[in-house]
Amino acid sequence: MDLNLTSEELQFRDELRSWLAANVPKDWNEWREKPIEESFPYLRAWQRKLQEGRWAAVSWPKEYAGRSATLMQQALFWEEMARVEAPPMANSLGLGLIGPTIIAYGTEAQKQRYIPKILSAEEIWCQGFSEPNAGSDLAGLQTQAVLHDDHYIVNGQKVWTSYGWVGDWCELVVRTDPTAAKHKGLTVLLVDMKSPGVEVRPLRQMTGESEFNELFFRDVRVPVENVLGKVNDGWNVAMSTLMYERGSYGARLHLIFKRYITRLIELARNIQRNGRPASQDPIIRQKLAQCSAEIEIMRFNQMRAFSRLTATGVPGPEGSIQKIFWSELNQRLQQIAQEILGPYGQLLAGDPRAIDNGMWSYAYLRTRGNTIEAGTSEVQRNIIGHFVLGLPRSY
Amino acid sequence: MQFGLSESQEFLKDSARKFFAGECPSAEMRRLMETDTSYDAALWSKLTDQGYTGIIFPEAYGGVGLGKVELMLLMEEAGRALLPGPFFSTVVLAGSVLDAVASPAHKQKYLAPICRGEARSTVAILEANASWNARDVQLAASNGKLTGEKYFVSDAAVADFIIVVARNGVFVVNAKAPGLKISPMIAMDLTRKLYVVEFNNTPAEEIGVTTNLARAFDVATAALAAELVGGMQRTLDITVEYAKTRKQFGKPIGTFQAVQHQCADMYLETESSRSAVYYAGWALEENSPDAAIAVSIAKMYASDAARTVGNRGIQIHGGMGFTWENDVHLYYRRAKGSETAFGDATFHRECIASMVIDAGGVAAKSA
Repeated sequence: MDLNLTSEELQFRDELRSWLAANVPKDWNEWREKPIEESFPYLRAWQRKLQEGRWAAVSWPKEYAGRSATLMQQALFWEEMARVEAPPMANSLGLGLIGPTIIAYGTEAQKQRYIPKILSAEEIWCQGFSEPNAGSDLAGLQTQAVLHDDHYIVNGQKVWTSYGWVGDWCELVVRTDPTAAKHKGLTVLLVDMKSPGVEVRPLRQMTGESEFNELFFRDVRVPVENVLGKVNDGWNVAMSTLMYERGSYGARLHLIFKRYITRLIELARNIQRNGRPASQDPIIRQKLAQCSAEIEIMRFNQMRAFSRLTATGVPGPEGSIQKIFWSELNQRLQQIAQEILGPYGQLLAGDPRAIDNGMWSYAYLRTRGNTIEAGTSEVQRNIIGHFVLGLPRSY
Repeated sequence: MQFGLSESQEFLKDSARKFFAGECPSAEMRRLMETDTSYDAALWSKLTDQGYTGIIFPEAYGGVGLGKVELMLLMEEAGRALLPGPFFSTVVLAGSVLDAVASPAHKQKYLAPICRGEARSTVAILEANASWNARDVQLAASNGKLTGEKYFVSDAAVADFIIVVARNGVFVVNAKAPGLKISPMIAMDLTRKLYVVEFNNTPAEEIGVTTNLARAFDVATAALAAELVGGMQRTLDITVEYAKTRKQFGKPIGTFQAVQHQCADMYLETESSRSAVYYAGWALEENSPDAAIAVSIAKMYASDAARTVGNRGIQIHGGMGFTWENDVHLYYRRAKGSETAFGDATFHRECIASMVIDAGGVAAKSA
């Protein structure tokens, strides 16, 4: 056990730090509050800049313009990005989830065709996984693809699609063999979102925004060469994508949560409670301390998981611990913020008296989604129960 | 960065697990807990042969000179076996105090016999007010004599000498000293016995100043958290095994999500405690500026988690969990004793608060 950075890690971090110092945009704060439709070209430009520095996809192999970064280097990448409050990249799903899946399962022609434009943010990718009747039970999905000569004809509906409104391409999971057992009859198709018959509608969520879309497919023609992996092996391809999701997402959260708690402590010093600053109230102190400690433990867990995974290289069921931990911690953190802010906690952006321009009321509502998106806490506990502890399947 | 165990650390942990499984299986642990002191001379000599009694102490005093991470691993395995007797009191607590406060001559006199397995010891800290704040210690030595009482002193009856924390210094009292009276407290944990120690004009030898105690107590606190991790792991293992084999409604009860999700939470709580403990061990070993907060984080989290893991383990066992014959309650009892020792979660949350709120943030080291 040695928690000091190795010389390779230090070199990686220092190179990134100096690149970021020279290149991170200074005006992101002016853009971040704007609707994403407006800021999207800005995010594309930022990703292109990262790509020019070969920083857009550090985890990718060197032959695909990545840096073959170790998991620890990937964690350092996200920490540094969070440290300088860098904007997100436009094609985050393409870079984080779909690109790696294409690299793992794609044909040479598919890699040549799609990978460069994922990197350059010329083509934005979305994921067509969940359906109205297939959420946690993803394998029960019903969107159908029927082979007709050299095309599949796709009919069905997807939901909770991030970046659907701006997506050029979609990693779409469809049922190609309705007679097979539910996990066996699925196939992944790479679908051009400009194909006739694709309709994208915004899905308004409880925060009032529309981060997600519903996708409708009516007789959409997809050429057979757009099958990713093997026909009827789509479950394994899709699972590989989800493992990337659970594996890498947590790495950037430590600094973000730390920023939250630091700001919250600052607010607690200035908000009066029972005739003294809230930061001197013993109950508030207990809660802030618990939260601060859990933020550190989240990071310790992540570092241990990364070290363990470095041997295998592929994220596994351990990711479920991280997912449960960060999502439930974020909800507790936002509840504590509400307790400290009192009646001010409910004020939304736009109210002149809202603290931090309504960031806390927004986060309070938004974090309800954390334990649902990317696999509900219940599904994560099933994964731990079955795949880690070896308990019988409950379903 | 490598937050995993090295080959030699894996080896130490593995051999400790095998050693405890062989020398202190459940039946032996239960035999010892039924004795007055839980101490067994034969087991102690085997612990000594393994080098465990000198694990973190300098070779100059007969120790093995391993690091704090290694101590955490050994204590984790001792906790998994629910090792009865004065190992924590003697080696981890008294040994660390001697190592931190005593002169070389006093170390030769007191620490070396501990390393060699010849002496048992403990540290008397708490008084009737049961406060873990050092400023609440009332007992003071006068003219080399102590008069007063200490409570919750672990394993005092088998100690050859007792280290006493007084207002005006750290003292050693010989077990045969005049005016010393040791009487048992009847407490929940049957494997680590507690005592009231009374002094009546009892001669005491000063070995150091109290200001140097903090780091020794940090080591002991982290080691207790490590021991809790081992107990949690054992509780989890027993419980998952039970959930796989116990059938109701025609299926193993582990099939039901109400049971399975509790097991998943036990796993999450155990692993998170382990991460915090390993980090604390590393921070102590490196003398990292965040060592004190890392210890508080580990003890805070493990104290709450051990109780919760125990609650879930007993509940999942159903009626079996409420029986004397099932071991889960023995871990649960130990967890309660260790939860309060060196400050419970509430105590350590306030320590953390004073570090992150009042001092303006001594956060854990970031890469």
